Amino acid sequence: MTQFLQYTLQGLAAGGFYALAALGLAVIFGVLGVVNFSHGACYMLGAMISALLLQHFGLGFWPALVIVPVIMFVIGVLVERLLVQWLLKLDPLYNFLLTFGLTLLTVDIMKRQFGVSSLKYEVPAGLTGRVSFGSVDLSVYQMFAAAFAVLVCLAVWMILTKTRVGMIVRAATEDPERSRALGINVARWVTPVFGFGIALAGLSGVLAAPYRAINADMGTNFIIILFAIVVIGGLGSILGAVVAGFLVGLVEAYGQGYYGQLSQVLIFVLMAAVVLIRPAGLFGREEAA
Amino acid sequence: MSDALLTVDSLSAFYGEAQALRDVSLDVAAGEVVTLVGRNGAGKTTLLRSIMGLHKGTRGSVTLDGTSLDGKSADKRARLGLGWVPDDRGIYATLTVAENLALPPVVDKAAAWSLEQIYEQFPVLHERRDFPGTKLSGGEQQMLAMARPLRAGSRLLLLDEPSEGLAPVIVNQIGQIIRDIKAQGVAVLLVEQNVKFASTVADRHNLLAQGEVVESLDNAEFQTRTTDLLEHLGM
Repeated sequence: MTQFLQYTLQGLAAGGFYALAALGLAVIFGVLGVVNFSHGACYMLGAMISALLLQHFGLGFWPALVIVPVIMFVIGVLVERLLVQWLLKLDPLYNFLLTFGLTLLTVDIMKRQFGVSSLKYEVPAGLTGRVSFGSVDLSVYQMFAAAFAVLVCLAVWMILTKTRVGMIVRAATEDPERSRALGINVARWVTPVFGFGIALAGLSGVLAAPYRAINADMGTNFIIILFAIVVIGGLGSILGAVVAGFLVGLVEAYGQGYYGQLSQVLIFVLMAAVVLIRPAGLFGREEAA
Repeated sequence: MSDALLTVDSLSAFYGEAQALRDVSLDVAAGEVVTLVGRNGAGKTTLLRSIMGLHKGTRGSVTLDGTSLDGKSADKRARLGLGWVPDDRGIYATLTVAENLALPPVVDKAAAWSLEQIYEQFPVLHERRDFPGTKLSGGEQQMLAMARPLRAGSRLLLLDEPSEGLAPVIVNQIGQIIRDIKAQGVAVLLVEQNVKFASTVADRHNLLAQGEVVESLDNAEFQTRTTDLLEHLGM
């Protein structure tokens, strides 16, 4: 039981990173039709920038939680304006290749600058240690990370469901062409949505920084799991991305806890099972498949 | 026609090398219901998509109330008064019925139907206003699809096969709604395969075959020649 609760918390914390990043991936895919391969690299940058802010400016975790998403938003806006927008009219494959290229470039630049060994980062004061609940003791930081990710997902969900902007983003995510035909200027939302999606990936990186190894390669495995999450949740479904993010986090944690090396396999077994039973994903619409 | 609301002049459309429309010209006056009748693949939907600005690769010109739509994006055309009612109804699954109605920006405050007017005309939409859009039946989705541009104040609906797949009693209801819309001064360009239905709602008809308008006639003439026309079109 103790172990089970610990794995569950671990899973929810990891699921939090996945859910935040997958949420970003889903809105970018929905509104732009771009499968952003660089999302893992953006997660890595989020963690790297956190470490560098601490190393060079003495800015710790709490300021990073605000500063890094802002930096990543700006990077996202620049990438969209300078590069992505020119390929939007072509086959989506071109933007996939562009973001793939950007990933290789970013990863190698970071390797050249900072080497392959991990940068140091510490769990912020006040979130260190473990708390005991009877016989179970749980990491304070993991509890924080899981709760924080849930709160951010809820906040984004409120924006999406309760505001006009959110309604437009949902409509454009579901069908950009139809939304244009109904008078929505979808193009106006493309740049901010891209920046927002990238900022979420960066935020996910900040949350991961205190307890994951921070290095140029940390996004490589991450992006593969993100793609699995998006497939499980249903391509183009925002709710699906969040639910599948937490689901995969849990599967991974139980896998690691009970079966060791098998955990990665379990994620893809889950993906295969979902695709077999519901080809459009858990929350995808059938016609989207 | 100088009093035309919508004028389509020598419109051609292409899918790569293949030509889907050949020099189509037609017009629709304010408050008029005009049909495009023809079999599958005649180019009806391509014509609607071209008018809406969704089809890339067109030649010719489209004018709405004296304003040229050529080169304008679909969202701009919608904001100038074109109302899009696609053949799949185009209802958002992730939006509630009320949100589906509220989504299109109001393009003409004076012409826009109030929510009360919409719910009076379509009581079922009021009942189901908090349901996800696609939880409605086919007929209800069709009503929602038609209500959406009315709420925005569109002056002309591009209506693609509204009777398709609906029970006869619902088709009659849709017909009544089209006549009501017309009475409010809204024009309709209607794509239909159901010739009988078309003749109960329209003022004029354009017969489309292989991407060309082969005949244009008023409703009286259309009704007397229905059998002959159907044969001619191979429908």
